[in-house]
Amino acid sequence: MNAGRRYPVLIALLAVLTLALFLLSLTIGPAGIAFAESMKALFSDKADGVALIMREIRLPRALLGLMIGATLGLSGAVLQGYLRNPLAEPGLLGISASASLGAVLAIYTGLSAAFLLALPLAALAGAVAAVLVVQAIAGQRGGALLVILAGIAISSFAGAMTSLALNLSPNPFAAVEIMFWMLGSLTDRSMTHVWLAAPFMLVGWAMLGSLGRALDALTLGSETAATMGVELRKVQFLAVFGTAAGVGAATAVAGAIGFVGLVVPHILRPLVGARPSRLLPASALGGASMVLAADTLVRILAPERDLKLGVLTAIVGAPFFLWLVFRTRRSLL
Amino acid sequence: MTLLSVKNLVVELGLRPVLNGLDFAVRPGEFVGLIGPNGAGKSTLLRSVLGLVPARGEVRLSGEEAAATSARLRATRAAYLAQEREIAWAVPVEMVVALGRSPHRPGLAALTEKDRAAVDAAMRRMDIEAFRNRIATELSGGEKARVLVARALAQDTPLLLADEPTAGLDPAHQIALMRLFSSLAADGKSVVASLHDLGLAARWCSRLILLDKGRIVADGLPSTVLTPENLRAIYGVDAFFGEAHGAPIVHPLDLATPG
Amino acid sequence: MWSMRALQTALSCFAAAFLLGAVAFFVFGQPALAAEPAPRRVVSMNVCTDQLAMLIAGKDQLHSVSVLASDPRTSAMAVEAKAFPANHALAEEIFLMEPDLVLAGTFSARATIGLVRRLGFRVETFAPARSFSDIRDNIVRIGELLHRRRRAAELVAEMDDGLARLRAGPHSGRTIALYEPNSYTAGGGTLASEIFRAAGLINVAEELGVTGSTRLPLEQLIMARPNLIGRSSSDYGAPALAQENLVHPAFRALAKREMIDLPVAKMICGAPFTLDAAFLLQDAAGRRNQP
Repeated sequence: MNAGRRYPVLIALLAVLTLALFLLSLTIGPAGIAFAESMKALFSDKADGVALIMREIRLPRALLGLMIGATLGLSGAVLQGYLRNPLAEPGLLGISASASLGAVLAIYTGLSAAFLLALPLAALAGAVAAVLVVQAIAGQRGGALLVILAGIAISSFAGAMTSLALNLSPNPFAAVEIMFWMLGSLTDRSMTHVWLAAPFMLVGWAMLGSLGRALDALTLGSETAATMGVELRKVQFLAVFGTAAGVGAATAVAGAIGFVGLVVPHILRPLVGARPSRLLPASALGGASMVLAADTLVRILAPERDLKLGVLTAIVGAPFFLWLVFRTRRSLL
Repeated sequence: MTLLSVKNLVVELGLRPVLNGLDFAVRPGEFVGLIGPNGAGKSTLLRSVLGLVPARGEVRLSGEEAAATSARLRATRAAYLAQEREIAWAVPVEMVVALGRSPHRPGLAALTEKDRAAVDAAMRRMDIEAFRNRIATELSGGEKARVLVARALAQDTPLLLADEPTAGLDPAHQIALMRLFSSLAADGKSVVASLHDLGLAARWCSRLILLDKGRIVADGLPSTVLTPENLRAIYGVDAFFGEAHGAPIVHPLDLATPG
Repeated sequence: MWSMRALQTALSCFAAAFLLGAVAFFVFGQPALAAEPAPRRVVSMNVCTDQLAMLIAGKDQLHSVSVLASDPRTSAMAVEAKAFPANHALAEEIFLMEPDLVLAGTFSARATIGLVRRLGFRVETFAPARSFSDIRDNIVRIGELLHRRRRAAELVAEMDDGLARLRAGPHSGRTIALYEPNSYTAGGGTLASEIFRAAGLINVAEELGVTGSTRLPLEQLIMARPNLIGRSSSDYGAPALAQENLVHPAFRALAKREMIDLPVAKMICGAPFTLDAAFLLQDAAGRRNQP
């Protein structure tokens, strides 16, 4: 089968995998509901117990898993393509660290108790602040290096402030709450969270998804790409703000979930012939699958204890990444 | 129609002027060799014409002001071969060459027949058809260079700007590249290539521009530009001047002795 | 135009109707509010509300408590808690239990509380108690929510009684510092500090101006030379770096003669049994007074 036909097959397979994991995620929960019954309840407009569980508890969780995974995968692929570095990932821009700081400050000041959306909104504010600072530092002609440096600076600063908040917290309960929130979780998210995150993520997907061709051209370096018609300022803007919108919203509703944006493009790159434009949809689907799988595992492995999603993605992601590096080192030598 | 017209081009990096008011024009059918010692500003000249470096002065591509045209339109008028031969990802050779067609294709549209024909022609011309499905990053330095030239050819622009295209190539491929540029000029296109090898420049270019310290010192036929006086004054070398097979030979011999 | 008489009649009718309505409201409306039935299926998802609910609820009123309630390291009523089905504070579980009232802490998972409310359940949150008056307020509030005001009043009276006995007891005036893993101590404004005060002890941390739960450097602890050092008597079985300060040679020299093991499970949550901790301390302080 030639390379031209391999790609659509890959996308189809990934789509099927994502759908299967989505349905699996819908069927996991303390109430043992048979698959057929749960699907029926999802589409019925009754208001009985099963329907309510499916629509208000399981559906938002599965939807968020799908959306957040897609966002992380897509943004990881875009950043790796834009920075031409396979080690790039969404956290590099400091967006997730700043969103976490916003949420932590909301918990610390007690603002998060005011209303349910106070915490996610504070996190989004943190993400916006970060991206404005990155743009201000890197400027419009800043280029990849300045963007990376600005992102690292912001990450470090946000991390330091978060540690400070934890350090100074006089309330051990608040400190624990902060710590657990930062580990990342999708437990008991409601449709309200979905409606809050969705618009930002859609905007993020639109911005990031439009960069396929530019990223292909960037394979030859930023100067050559510019002479092939790529507007570098626009690419930087779309990459940075698209990541901020999507990843900011994702962190706002679910805390910090790492490794997805790093590992998924890495795994899929050989399967798409390393073409950056083809990697985008593949990584979106791959990321969605990874987060859905992790969120399902979390509920299967430890249904009683609240095993945090971010912990699982790190536990699986880090050794897997190590193995990938080990496997490719032969070709690098 | 003039393919490239440059008037009073000034480029400053920091406070130091790198290019100090350059004037020249390139018409169709010319193979222009851009020569000069290290630090003369050859790379900067090529990059500033393409808008990669901020510059003052007037630059016109195919008659229109470069600054006033969109990046995409500029890309259909001039192609660039960078000195750094960067290929970031392990993509197949065919994809690299096909990248040259991206200024002509809107959005993520697939390649048209015309595009495919241009890609095939470019690969044939650079003798890389055998590599079509090989991974570009696994090729040798010379092979990679040919792939990148093919990409620039596939872009099918009236003007091609190349920064040290012969660096790292073996003699056969260096000459093949010079032949290619000559034939492009014969087809009515133009090539401006910066070269270090004075021998190649003398034998193959239809016109030479000699740059020194950000100024054009000489501009014209190789025989008028490559004079012993110029070589001594600008390069600080003495050279052998001769002729073989109907084309001039210029070969640096030794550092110039004073006097 | 309206005649004067017609206007007067209209006004009188209006006034009469208004008065009638007000009377009706006060006569019939109030009892309607008070006649709201007592909750019959209460679910508690926080270890502190678990214990208060277990103490106050009537027979068959409390349906479920959190898993932590049966952990003797955090709950003083671990044995009693085993009689109730346990919940893991997850919205789906709680939904399936069909409670008519859910009790939670202000620091319980925010998303879960939001979702449970969104599903139509009534959730009442309680802040952790930091003083005996906080404990009193929490008891009274739970008593009202569960329609068990008499039982709540009993508990409050018992507690006040206990506090009076403590006040009357020997005030040793000895100093104490709470010293926990990671050098945490309890300064002013914490429940532990209140317990020490009720037991007639002086909290060294509070004297040093510390508020809340923060770290007390080992040096300061040694300089302050507290008469007594209170430490948690709960062993989690797994070593933690946090506990290394407690085996520091300087600490050990100090502690050899003055350690008190505190019943942590009774001090985490503010409840009537918190007084037991105060009595324990008062006794211990008194005993050490004797040679």
